[in-house]
Amino acid sequence: MPAVSKGDGMRGLAVFISDIRNCKSKEAEIKRINKELANIRSKFKGDKALDGYSKKKYVCKLLFIFLLGHDIDFGHMEAVNLLSSNKYTEKQIGYLFISVLVNSNSDLIRLINNAIKNDLSSRNPTFMNLALHCIANVGSREMAEAFAADVPRILVAGDTMDSVKQSAALCLLRLNRTSPDLVPMGEWTARVVHLLNDQHLGVVTAATSLITTLAQKNPDDFKTSLSLAVARLSRIVTSASTDLQDYTYYFVAAPWLSVKLLRLLQCYPPPEDAAIRGRLTECLETILNKAQEPPKSKKVQHSNAKNAVLFEAISLIIHHDSEPTLLVRACNQLGQFLQHRETNLRYLALESMCTLASSEFSHEAVKTHIDTVINALKTERDVSVRQRAVDLLYAMCDRSNAKQIVAEMLSYLETADYSIREEIVLKVAILAEKYAVDYTWYVDTILNLIRIAGDYVSEEVWYRVIQIVINRDDVQGYAAKTVFEALQAPACHENLVKVGGYILGEFGNLIAGDPRSSPLVQFNLLHSKFHLCSVPTRALLLSAYIKFINLFPEVKGTIQEVLRSDSQLRNADVELQQRAVEYLRLSCIASTDILATVLEEMPPFPERESSILAKLKRKKGPGTVPDIEENRKERNANVDGGTNHTTTPPNAKTSPASFVGDLLAPAPPPTNRPRPVSSSSFLQTPLTPLPSQACAIPLAASAGAFYQVAAATASPDLLGLGSSTPLSSTPPALPPTAASLLIDVFSESSPGAAAAMAAAAAAPVAVSAAPVADDNFSRFVCKNNGVLYENQLLQIGLKCEYRQNLGRMYVFFGNKTSTQFLSFDTSVVCQEPLASQLNVQPKPVDPTVDGGAQLQQIINIECVSDFVEAAVLNIQFRYGGILQNIAVKLPITLNKFFQPTEMTSQDFFQRWKQLSAPTQEVQNIFKAKHSMDTEVTKAKIIGFGVALLDGVDPNPSNFVGAGVIHTKTTQVGCLLRLEPNTQAQMYRLTLRTSRDTVSQRLCDLLSDQF
Amino acid sequence: MIGGLFIYNHKGEVLISRVYRDDIGRNAVDAFRVNVIHARQQVRSPVTNIARTSFFHVKRANIWLAAVTKQNVNAAMVFEFLYKMCDVMTAYFGKISEENIKNNFVLIYELLDEILDFGYPQNSETGALKTFITQTGIKGQTKEEQSQITSQVTGQIGWRREGIKYRRNELFLDVLESVNLLMSPQGQVLSAHVSGRVVMKSYLSGMPECKFGMNDKIVIDKAGKGATTDEAGKSSGKQSIAIDDCTFHQCVRLSKFDSERSISFIPPDGEYELMRYRTTKDIILPFRVIPLVREVGRTKLEVKVVIKSNFKPSLLAQKIEVRIPTPLNTSGVQVICMKGKAKYKASENAIVWKIKRMAGMKESQISAEIELLPTNDKKKWARPPISMNFEVPFAPSGLKVRYLKVFESKLNYSDHDVIKWVRYIGRSGIYETRC
Repeated sequence: MPAVSKGDGMRGLAVFISDIRNCKSKEAEIKRINKELANIRSKFKGDKALDGYSKKKYVCKLLFIFLLGHDIDFGHMEAVNLLSSNKYTEKQIGYLFISVLVNSNSDLIRLINNAIKNDLSSRNPTFMNLALHCIANVGSREMAEAFAADVPRILVAGDTMDSVKQSAALCLLRLNRTSPDLVPMGEWTARVVHLLNDQHLGVVTAATSLITTLAQKNPDDFKTSLSLAVARLSRIVTSASTDLQDYTYYFVAAPWLSVKLLRLLQCYPPPEDAAIRGRLTECLETILNKAQEPPKSKKVQHSNAKNAVLFEAISLIIHHDSEPTLLVRACNQLGQFLQHRETNLRYLALESMCTLASSEFSHEAVKTHIDTVINALKTERDVSVRQRAVDLLYAMCDRSNAKQIVAEMLSYLETADYSIREEIVLKVAILAEKYAVDYTWYVDTILNLIRIAGDYVSEEVWYRVIQIVINRDDVQGYAAKTVFEALQAPACHENLVKVGGYILGEFGNLIAGDPRSSPLVQFNLLHSKFHLCSVPTRALLLSAYIKFINLFPEVKGTIQEVLRSDSQLRNADVELQQRAVEYLRLSCIASTDILATVLEEMPPFPERESSILAKLKRKKGPGTVPDIEENRKERNANVDGGTNHTTTPPNAKTSPASFVGDLLAPAPPPTNRPRPVSSSSFLQTPLTPLPSQACAIPLAASAGAFYQVAAATASPDLLGLGSSTPLSSTPPALPPTAASLLIDVFSESSPGAAAAMAAAAAAPVAVSAAPVADDNFSRFVCKNNGVLYENQLLQIGLKCEYRQNLGRMYVFFGNKTSTQFLSFDTSVVCQEPLASQLNVQPKPVDPTVDGGAQLQQIINIECVSDFVEAAVLNIQFRYGGILQNIAVKLPITLNKFFQPTEMTSQDFFQRWKQLSAPTQEVQNIFKAKHSMDTEVTKAKIIGFGVALLDGVDPNPSNFVGAGVIHTKTTQVGCLLRLEPNTQAQMYRLTLRTSRDTVSQRLCDLLSDQF
Repeated sequence: MIGGLFIYNHKGEVLISRVYRDDIGRNAVDAFRVNVIHARQQVRSPVTNIARTSFFHVKRANIWLAAVTKQNVNAAMVFEFLYKMCDVMTAYFGKISEENIKNNFVLIYELLDEILDFGYPQNSETGALKTFITQTGIKGQTKEEQSQITSQVTGQIGWRREGIKYRRNELFLDVLESVNLLMSPQGQVLSAHVSGRVVMKSYLSGMPECKFGMNDKIVIDKAGKGATTDEAGKSSGKQSIAIDDCTFHQCVRLSKFDSERSISFIPPDGEYELMRYRTTKDIILPFRVIPLVREVGRTKLEVKVVIKSNFKPSLLAQKIEVRIPTPLNTSGVQVICMKGKAKYKASENAIVWKIKRMAGMKESQISAEIELLPTNDKKKWARPPISMNFEVPFAPSGLKVRYLKVFESKLNYSDHDVIKWVRYIGRSGIYETRC
């Protein structure tokens, strides 16, 4: 770059700037600027043309004024004129003005582009550079459109000067970043890669940046860069510090280039070619060796440059994750840095180690530094470093050191910075749960956690404790005892009271034998906390009290007394008041048997992904934790086998009444949140409707809307409507009685159905239903229960069972209004040819349905032969004197009569070949209607009735199933194959059965499900 | 109440910092500097709220005076105090400038201690202050004198000491008015008001009782009713003015004003402001500005402005200055005017036309050609109003002093012996005409 000679300096500009600096006040400055602007305006307006020097000077002044924050609305033309000057300084100022001031929609852009084009095609390298810099600095879409073709050409042209190449590479990088769609990929890409071999290290550095960005987008195009990069890297690494002259920075050879090359290598997996691989390993080893050498300079720049290369090398090693020796060496190197006095180095070391910990080779090596990390956690002054230490501890934790790490984290928690407390709490909760060998330790840890940092313990954490305690019989007694002891502290955190209330309510009987924790003592302890708690906790405690009545009949009187007190019965809070009233009535009226049934112990929770983990993922943002987590899970599975309960399949069915429909729910509600004791315990009522109603009706009659209340408290959280207080009692449907009544009945068997029902309830429903309703028909193809139909008056729920060619369907008619339905009658219509193929026999029903009540009808089904049509259920009743007529398609489909058949791969293909007649095979290719989740698809196929065969198809992403359809007359074997194509979002379904009609019907049924 | 008071120079350096209450921390000083003096955008509101702290500021030349409080104070009171503070400082050391403040900082702290006590404003009467806060020291004062000062300052008439003697009893009365106007290009008055002050300088012996009378409409009407009809008709009507609101010096007996609307007082010695008032009706506008702006194409603008004086031909207006704003892309200006001098001031983006003197009922004209530089800015020029400055020797509100009577019962001089001077000065406030 030609130096600006002294005579070339602009005196006027210097004077102006010093004037402005001397201004005493803002007003004076504005005055001076106004004066200068007027002067420039008169100069630009003046008739005689200005010479280049004064033009440059005035443009400079304008630029200065603009940078001071004043508006400039003229002078653009003059600046553009400067572009065509032949003097470097004038051209430079012109470009400067344009890149700072000209906005993209200016009408001058054409002129500017023209000038840039001229400069690009000139032979003068400095002019070309100026033009390239301008393009890069502006970087707008218009610039990209105009020059995206020219810049690559300059970059790869043979006769381009080095400095221009450098600029061109960086300019292209910028254009690629701002408008990647406009940069054409072409034959130049191959030649760009060869820039890595360029003599000039500056060009190589610029080109490496460009290639890294491009390679991230299309790795395949730049695969060749790998070997070149390795070669280049090894030359740099092995060079003596004097070889590279200008590019040696404080005795480190080309540190920027090295870092960039290492970054580029991180875009790819380890090189497959053994030679290259060996060379790369050698390089990395050399870099690690160099780190051990004594520093050549005391200057901080030297160590910074060296460490930059080292850290990049380590992240490459971690990225490759293939060389155990390198990983361990890297780990040791980082271990040294852990004790370095530079805070930044310690931070970086902890951060890199976090990723190292997830690699199976170096995990053990990382673990050796546990003491240092713990020490860092305690002594580090910078909170961000401590945060990294926590992350690392979390990452390095496994079964062997879990106890130590959790203990350390807990002790740190007491002094931890407020900003990271919640995260630590979550991490402790997860680690404790994941690596708990004995659950007494787990319970202790979590209770400790609540004691130390109760405010930061989110709901999920204590939900999880309860789930685990309920699901594991062996800790229940211990948990009750520990909670009881913890509650004896004078000041308890509210979360502890919640856990205590819940656990004592469920398992208080396990410790009641001890006179120190007799029922009355337990109750008094809980009640002593009652008045200090918020409403939701009090509601939970009330539920615990009613559970006590069941557990310990001897304290019934005391509890009734408490419930009867004005502060409960007349509480200002509706929820509390309602609970008190209901529980009081319940305890007075119901017999011990009924109480025992109603207030039975909670059933185990279905296992799902830990909600805490989900929360941590949410908190951290996607991408960071899950990776580690997944790696972790895999390794755990290897190490621990199946013992670890977090690795148990998420769909493990724990309740006997769990249904396939449950699996089918596309977005399962967070059912692992504990249901409040009251509602769930009511749901525990055995559902065979007769006894349930028998006990419910007198209660409903005496205590008012007992059911309504029970359901009202149940519905919001069972439906997972996301209400933060699980006890908020706003039922979603308009007529609360009936809707929640049905939910009540159904949710016992399947929460998924309840959710589905809620969705149906929320959806607006047409009042008259004269045409046959089949909206929900297809939903029943793969499941057997749920809401079939709903309008403002009536809700129809279904529950069916099939065995071979026989089936039984329970239809529940729920009256959603408060008025009686009169002359209620139903009939099932089977048109020909269905009548001969399917026997449907409905049992007679009562002619009246009371307001808010529900009616059950049993329909027996027999499949005579294969069929296509569906039976129609006609319902007639009088509501308010008007005859209502509703017709609904009954979801009795052919696939219901499937019996799954397990078979080996060999058998399958043998039969597949047997069914090769063209009429026997039906194929359908269709677009996916839902997201293509493997688990959901699996569940649907199982729900369809066939056996899902693993390991039959060579392509693991395909699904293969087999089953036999039983009819009275024949049995039809069926094989199916489903091939998802995730890229195109398409499925191909192929079905082979021995009968063509069956194939066609099954294919139609199943195709609609995906 | 006021929690603290700071004085800054134009750079935001603190010259005076006096904190009266504990709720004002040290950082309040910086908060004001950062958020007001050095604010990116010019702060135009005189009251700024920063972190629940209110800053009230006034600016005198390059000096910022800021009163700080955390409480909900009466803002008018705070500003009144700040203005009073400026008056006091001017009375002590002349112009308020950085130099003067630095030279007198001991005095200023002394004054601040006296006129603000725990944030509550105290006696800020210059005359009274000067008796005990002097720049020479108080060694010469005897105990008697000191006790006299004490009794005076704490007494009923805190603003005047006893035993003043003049050989010539003299009294100067100035009616100072500033007239504000906003007029449409067609000559329609959009808003106009006069704010005036009656400033007195009294050199009277003893403890005289004064009575001030002017042509206040209410007083005149009342008098008119009592007097014979034809005299009343003469004196009332056009001669009286309607005063919208007024405030008085503390020496005026407000009870008497309330009951009889008569202004009677024992005057302080020396200069003071007797009253302030405001009128909005029947204002005599001394000048009329008739603008004519014509845009000739994109690059030229022709401006013609005529001013007409609208008062008795025998009176002379002085220091007339007309300021015609020019567009921001002005590149050259040619001006022709018959009278006075006109110049384009680029630094202020305006043509400034100055006329030294102008008699009543005259007319004068300026025409200018403004060349413009074409810009790519789409914003249209907002055409700010043409503003004017002048000084006329009458009260534009029409206020007349009817009498000023002096009674001194103890000393033997009567009203006739006092020499009284009355002067009217009307100045322009914001006197603008849209173009």
